[in-house]
Amino acid sequence: MPKLTINGQAVDVPAGTNLIEAARKIGVEVPHYCYHPALSIAGQCRLCMVDVEKTPRPTIACNTLAADGMAVWTETDRVKETRKSIMEFHLINHPLDCPVCDQAGECGLQIYYMKHGLYDPRMRDEKVHKPKAVPLGAHVILDAERCILCSRCVRFCDEVTGTGELGIFSRGDESEIGLFPGKELANKYSGNVVDICPVGALTDRDFRFAVRVWYLDSATSICPGCARGCNIEVHVNRRRPHHNDGRRVARLKPRFNADVNRWWICDDGRYGFAFVDDTSRLVIPRWSRDGALGDATWEEAIAAVAGALQRFAPDEIGVVASPKMANEDLWALRRILESRGIRRVAFRVPPRTPGDEDTLLIRRDKNPNSLGAELLGLEGDGAAILAAARARQVKCLWVFGHDLLASAWPVTETDAALRALELLIFTGPSANATSERAHFTLPAAAWVEREGTYTNFEGRVQRFRQAVQPLGQALPEWDILGRVLRALGVEAGATRAERWFRELASGVPAFTGLTYQSIGDGGAALSAPPGGGAAGSHLVSGHPPMGPGSRSPLP
Amino acid sequence: MKLLQRFYLVEVVSGLTLTAAHFFRNMGLHIAHALGRTDARGAVTIQYPEERRPYSPRLRSLHRLVRREDGSPRCVACMMCETVCPAHCIYIVAAEHPNPEIEKVPARFDIDLGKCVFCGYCVEACPEDAIRMDTGILEFSSYSRDGMIYTKETLLALEPAGADGRPTSPVPIPADRRP
Repeated sequence: MPKLTINGQAVDVPAGTNLIEAARKIGVEVPHYCYHPALSIAGQCRLCMVDVEKTPRPTIACNTLAADGMAVWTETDRVKETRKSIMEFHLINHPLDCPVCDQAGECGLQIYYMKHGLYDPRMRDEKVHKPKAVPLGAHVILDAERCILCSRCVRFCDEVTGTGELGIFSRGDESEIGLFPGKELANKYSGNVVDICPVGALTDRDFRFAVRVWYLDSATSICPGCARGCNIEVHVNRRRPHHNDGRRVARLKPRFNADVNRWWICDDGRYGFAFVDDTSRLVIPRWSRDGALGDATWEEAIAAVAGALQRFAPDEIGVVASPKMANEDLWALRRILESRGIRRVAFRVPPRTPGDEDTLLIRRDKNPNSLGAELLGLEGDGAAILAAARARQVKCLWVFGHDLLASAWPVTETDAALRALELLIFTGPSANATSERAHFTLPAAAWVEREGTYTNFEGRVQRFRQAVQPLGQALPEWDILGRVLRALGVEAGATRAERWFRELASGVPAFTGLTYQSIGDGGAALSAPPGGGAAGSHLVSGHPPMGPGSRSPLP
Repeated sequence: MKLLQRFYLVEVVSGLTLTAAHFFRNMGLHIAHALGRTDARGAVTIQYPEERRPYSPRLRSLHRLVRREDGSPRCVACMMCETVCPAHCIYIVAAEHPNPEIEKVPARFDIDLGKCVFCGYCVEACPEDAIRMDTGILEFSSYSRDGMIYTKETLLALEPAGADGRPTSPVPIPADRRP
């Protein structure tokens, strides 16, 4: 463990730590562009210069390993002067088109110019012009003029995805980032190059001109796209509703979690939020009375559903829960099942096309909470429930979120099962072919519109928070189920997600001892992780988690 | 109060005398002016709207959007004015410009003059000098709130005021009063 001093402050770091990370550990920010903790050291940007005692010149902190007895100074006059000059050098050919640049407001150049630059420009010559607004792939657009050639994106494609689409071409001030001939930035993690680009050279096509970033509000959340449960931030536009065509969720950004996704997220997850503001959302409870489908109030709908659950014998009722529901919802559902003695329950519906999987993040199971549903004891044979419906043994079916007609089950058989039912209840955020057939539809809030927790495939319970209000009259599933429970005459005091979770933690052994506070923003592993919890350990790196200095916009 | 003042009639008559003196003097001067005596000047009444007070060149009047040579807006929809506006009266929606050198263009640029406080911050904030408040137009009124919303097309059609500060473009007709 080398022991060194940074700005006179002693710090102990593991061997092999560079000076940027060592400084970060005690909350000292060394400005940098090209260094990224997940990528190899390039030493391109020269901005991270620091003074090391007994060395004649300032040294780049990214490529200097901490050594015992080292004395580092990050704010000497010489370092400040060097930074200023390097900022000036970076900006020589940078077009000052901040007004039209989507990065403005979260741009490394803007931030460091204000912090460390503030020089009077001396450049009189015409700036070098390079291609602008060049699409690199489905998700990323390049402005070569804005690029400072830090090569983070090139190293990302070489080292993280291993696809190597990008390179730096030409020489000197003509150098520019570009695609290798015949290639397209089409890997499954392409959106991440936008996040790691410290300037506005690579921007998001989906987010292009949608909202200026200073209008965005953010909430910490979990990606519901697969069983990995990548940590994300949901960026929502609440302040300027006329922007982004009125869509509230503007973008998802990965959030660092050393144990889950590190800095990354796949493109499917990143762009998988469109349904939240889609017209297919269910916004009002509907029921069919006298053969016609009409709007209902929540009181009417809840009373009708509770009445149905009492009218049918427990054996005549089937429930197809969803692994997209949060732990709190599933617990509330379990309370209903227990109170009525309903045994025909399942949560897995096989998808028609099996999901893809890779070794980085993407999991075959495209549901965020399959393990949670399993641990809550909702495992059952969904096909058997449908078979029983066809045999008219199950007369009332309650489906959560799934489109049974789009599953791997034969459509004709599913169709026959739904046709044979006396009552089909559907609860979910969006309409689908199954909800079209339902006699009652209860609109559920999307995951960004509510609180809850998911259990990822490694047995990590992670919390997501509310970013926007539910659309229309939609309610979180735990709220819907809690109301049904009360209508059934069962004591169900929980009126907040947190209380449902507390109840769940005392009722399910695997969750014992967990609270929203102990889960925090980083998630908490279950006390008895399934399968030893070793799966996906390739993700856990030697990189230290971000220290108190991580307020820097650049990792 | 003096004894004379207590008889109100005396004060009333003296007041009316003053008023009448000004009235007849001004009437004489105005008649003389109308008959061609330019040196004769009556009381300072401006015969609005035929006659207008000269406006200061710094007056902040109705906004206009500056045009490029091809007539398209100079605005690049950077939202600086929308951001700085203390009244939240500017509504911009950005779109892609076919020329990548320009990149961004407003698809919609509405100013709600019912909310505008004429502070001029939008003009100050604009990095492209694309919005100015120099039309000299001060008369905008409408029968409805919607009529107070001036769109991109209306604002683009306006011209700067003349050297005397008088508007050179006609006062835009609010959307709700168009035939």
